[in-house]
Amino acid sequence: MAETSFDVIVIGTGPGGYVAAIRAAQLGMKSAVVERKHLGGICLNWGCIPTKALLRTAEIYETMKHASDFGISIKGIDFDIKKVVERSRRVAAQLNGGVAHLLRKNKVTVFDGNGRLNGPGKVAVEKDGKAVADLAAKHIVLATGARARSLPGLEPDGKLVWTYMEAMIPENMPKSLLVVGSGAIGIEFASFYRSLGAEVTVAEILDRVLPVEDDEISALARKAFEKQGMSIHTSTTVKALKRAADSVTATLEGGGKTWDVTVDRVILAVGIVGNLEGCGLEGTRVKVEKSHIVIDEWCRTGEPGVYAIGDVVGPPWLAHKASHEGIICIEKIAGLAGVHPLDTTRIPGCTYSRPQVASVGLTEKAARERGHEVKVGRFPFIGNGKAIALGEPEGMVKTVFDAKTGELLGAHMVGAEVTELIQGYGVAKTLETTEAELMHSVFPHPTLSEMMHESVLDAYGRAVHF
Amino acid sequence: MPIQILMPALSPTMTEGKLAKWLKNEGDPVQSGDVLAEIETDKATMEVEAVDEGVLGKILVAEGTEGVAVNAPIALLLEEGEASSTLEVATPAQPPAVAPPGPASTAAPRPLVSAPAAAAQVPAAKSSGERIFASPLAKRMASQAGLDLTQISGSGPHGRIVKADIEAAITAGVGQAAAAAAQPVAAPNAPAALAEPGAAFIEVPNSTVRKVIAQRLSASKREIPHYYLTIDCNLDALLELREKLNGRAPSGDKSYKLSVNDFVVRAVALALRAYPGANSSWTDEAIRLYQTVDVCVAVAAPNGLITPVVRGADNKGLVAISNEVRALAKRAREGKLMPEEYQGGGFTISNLGMFGIREFAAIINPPQSCLLSVGAAEKRPIVKDGALAVATMMSCTLSADHRSVDGAKGAEFLDVFKKLIEDPLTMLL
Repeated sequence: MAETSFDVIVIGTGPGGYVAAIRAAQLGMKSAVVERKHLGGICLNWGCIPTKALLRTAEIYETMKHASDFGISIKGIDFDIKKVVERSRRVAAQLNGGVAHLLRKNKVTVFDGNGRLNGPGKVAVEKDGKAVADLAAKHIVLATGARARSLPGLEPDGKLVWTYMEAMIPENMPKSLLVVGSGAIGIEFASFYRSLGAEVTVAEILDRVLPVEDDEISALARKAFEKQGMSIHTSTTVKALKRAADSVTATLEGGGKTWDVTVDRVILAVGIVGNLEGCGLEGTRVKVEKSHIVIDEWCRTGEPGVYAIGDVVGPPWLAHKASHEGIICIEKIAGLAGVHPLDTTRIPGCTYSRPQVASVGLTEKAARERGHEVKVGRFPFIGNGKAIALGEPEGMVKTVFDAKTGELLGAHMVGAEVTELIQGYGVAKTLETTEAELMHSVFPHPTLSEMMHESVLDAYGRAVHF
Repeated sequence: MPIQILMPALSPTMTEGKLAKWLKNEGDPVQSGDVLAEIETDKATMEVEAVDEGVLGKILVAEGTEGVAVNAPIALLLEEGEASSTLEVATPAQPPAVAPPGPASTAAPRPLVSAPAAAAQVPAAKSSGERIFASPLAKRMASQAGLDLTQISGSGPHGRIVKADIEAAITAGVGQAAAAAAQPVAAPNAPAALAEPGAAFIEVPNSTVRKVIAQRLSASKREIPHYYLTIDCNLDALLELREKLNGRAPSGDKSYKLSVNDFVVRAVALALRAYPGANSSWTDEAIRLYQTVDVCVAVAAPNGLITPVVRGADNKGLVAISNEVRALAKRAREGKLMPEEYQGGGFTISNLGMFGIREFAAIINPPQSCLLSVGAAEKRPIVKDGALAVATMMSCTLSADHRSVDGAKGAEFLDVFKKLIEDPLTMLL
């Protein structure tokens, strides 16, 4: 008979759940996870990782198309979408196996099935409608994640109107696409399909693409996407979808006009809703707002002994935010000293489109709205030797400082490899450096990171190379 | 008991120095003769060697600390088998009050743990002597709000004070009581914070050497009644002789290449032997006439002027002088002169000829009475036998202390010097 009593049970094994379970085990707690489908959750199986595999293909393909710029002649460049998808799936499978190993290594018990709150301190596990196990734990962490939001009239059907799930495993390459929503998910798919040659239209209800990013970065990214041939419509809504046998006609409305666009497929990327159904929240004091669970700074819900982390709670909906919440939640349960609530201004966000976009902290506008007098630094890729050598002369690094204290309030980048650069500013923010320490830091030459230095210098009127 | 390592006196006049760098870390084994640290004295950087063997138990004076008094304990050495727990007992209960001239506000002795104190930075030491860990942002915010970091507890990793703690302190009014004490600190020690708006500048902190130059030369110009005598010397004969001598230089390690300056050093040395009045120092009780002819040669080292000494120059030939000056100048530029190589001397030569300076009047190098400023050797029209002619001329200016060397005596010295330069064969006698 398997063990049924634990210190901590985590429901869901995405990047929030499995990290929380492992941390609990590290701290000497008897820990278990309940997973209904894939270890590693959406991130690893249907999100962050497989899309990065797809985007890598797009990047290589783009580079090869421009091989002659680098003095290389390649003839007959082509791709096989089935093999592209196969690779992406292989990558996900490899990491999925990795999570299983990590859980085993840390002696975390894994239950296969749907976990549900079943009275105070109890979790019922069901598989295919049958009860599999009755578990007990002092602390129960809900890490059930989220799924694509649907809009009335635009409901995904899996064939013509896709969510990220179908968009990740196309059987055939669509010739044309409408992407509804220009957040990170929408823009990454738009970028992927555009690179592989599809005609891509993007409809965004707000007035700019990547609306959480800094205005200037949004504008630069949009310019780059349009240059690649994307058709972008902001302040635009999708009024209706007419589904034919193998195409969809969408009615768009924006700027006082209404028009139709006919495309092979539609990708819906208009946000996410928390996976609350079947969690057994009924009859508990767990509070839900706008399809997400309400928690305090230590990830506690309204129900004693029940916690929630990751996408099932509030934004930002990012894998690394979920992991960090899992750590905070567990360390607080363990009574560790020096645990700090999550500061969302220190969570970097990355979009792996071409060009990439990455940011951390406040946008210039948000900083001003919060009453900061700001100093803003900007440095363009065209002023950086490495960027030129890479053949990536487009992009910008922008920094926002508090004029009085020199606090780095935010950093915003668009251009090649910026997703790998942003963490420099992330560390700076967590260590609470001011502009002085950043100026005193020596950045290696020649690297793209030199732009991070120059941007800081520029905020104080001292940029050297532009 | 652990052995106390004391701040050494690297020269007879040294009272304090800067602990420039530790070359051993706490816990490193130490052999007798190992270099433990580098000390920056008033003139040069010196190495501190270990006398005893053991393990460097504790560093008491952080590197970069200025004004460390001679004989102050700077570190503790554990002998073989000695436990590190003995360090606590051994740490002096009353650390000498030689803390860096940072923004210390209290009169209480402070341990020597603080890093070089940057202007407008809050003291990095709690009253109990612990170092305070605070984020750069927290430090700046505390400084701007006039908060005393010692009054604030940190919530960051290992008790580090972070922005949130400062915000909380401002809200709660913690640390404000100490602000009165902290404020006068910021004022006199933080000129940068008080700068006039508008003019942009950067501040280069004064090195020990720079401070010594400032102090000594200000005192010299303030206290010594300088007067200046300039004389022109015809170098034609000297240059001819120089060419002949250099033409006979053997190859290999006996090789030499005489410069005009080598002749000047030799001429000064011989003139001083003939005229010892210029080889002197003024004191209130007496004029001190030196019995040896030790000539200083000013060298522009990267961190400031230094004057290595050619001792017994009147007994040294041109080649010996040439080689010695060259070696001294090289070591001076590398900051490697030993104290005995730059201390003392009765007369100084400063040569700016290589920069094309025609003539100049340098400040006397105290406590000496005289200094010779040597200008460039250049072709000039002269009157020779009632007709215009061209000769290579060099102007030399003697700066002299009127208290010990009267004008006429200075002129006599210059006359002897000029004769030697213009008739250089007499220099070889």
